[in-house]
Amino acid sequence: MKLQKNTLLALYSVLEFAADPSRHVAAATIAEKYGVSQHHLAKVLSELARAGVVESVRGVGGGYRFVGNLRRLTLMDVITLFEEPTQAGNAGTSPAEATPVVRALDAVLSEIDQMAQATFKSITLATMRRLIGLQAAPARAPARTSARAA
Amino acid sequence: MRPVRRGDLDQVIALDATVTGLEKQNYWRSVYRRYGAGQRKQSHFLVAVAGRRIVGFLIGEVRDWEFGSPPCGWVFAIDVSPQMRQAGIGTQLLQAVCTLFRREGVRKVRTMLSSDNTLILSFFRSQGMMAGSLIPLEMDLP
Repeated sequence: MKLQKNTLLALYSVLEFAADPSRHVAAATIAEKYGVSQHHLAKVLSELARAGVVESVRGVGGGYRFVGNLRRLTLMDVITLFEEPTQAGNAGTSPAEATPVVRALDAVLSEIDQMAQATFKSITLATMRRLIGLQAAPARAPARTSARAA
Repeated sequence: MRPVRRGDLDQVIALDATVTGLEKQNYWRSVYRRYGAGQRKQSHFLVAVAGRRIVGFLIGEVRDWEFGSPPCGWVFAIDVSPQMRQAGIGTQLLQAVCTLFRREGVRKVRTMLSSDNTLILSFFRSQGMMAGSLIPLEMDLP
């Protein structure tokens, strides 16, 4: 399951807003942080607002803030706003026309897809906040290892 | 949180039936014989109690060298009454069994569940569990 650029941008944005739902974040801040144009980001944020995940705040210091449910909203919920349901391999070929090779490869690709979807469906934004916290924590000093020349 | 008692079994069976839609009397009596009330070392059948009601349960055990893995704790059943969810009961059950596992010398805990069981998958994810080094495989027998 390869995510489109807009989907990744939506996930980055939602996670930035969800870090503190009481805080408004300017779209320009997100655009600069992830190296995208504000115009490009605006389309993504507008879709998230339409879905009720974020809301725009007007005026000085305006921007967007998270209004979804952190413990209910999953990565998959955000992904499905931007991605068509995936169909493994077999591009443009009807099942009847597909060769055994295509069908066998499709079976493997769809296995990978199912695992990816189950993973995205099981991770809520609350869980992601925890993972982000772990990534942000100072890394532990690496364990001392002894190496011996062969 | 406490170890299960024989008198809890009917409530455990009823709770499981509420969640799964199947009443499995024989299965649960057999599970109780194997894991209940300190029957086996390093096996734990815990219940969460509110007043006199059983509102959740968890079963786990330390398994040695299964699938070639060093001893680790396995959680293979957990359920919380639907009316009592989102109150931290599952978290307390998992923490209780992890404390027991730590005392028994293991430093890893595992579980396995259906990929479409989003609710319980989300719960374990929220507790810090992630995909591990084992990949489950299966096939239909002709």
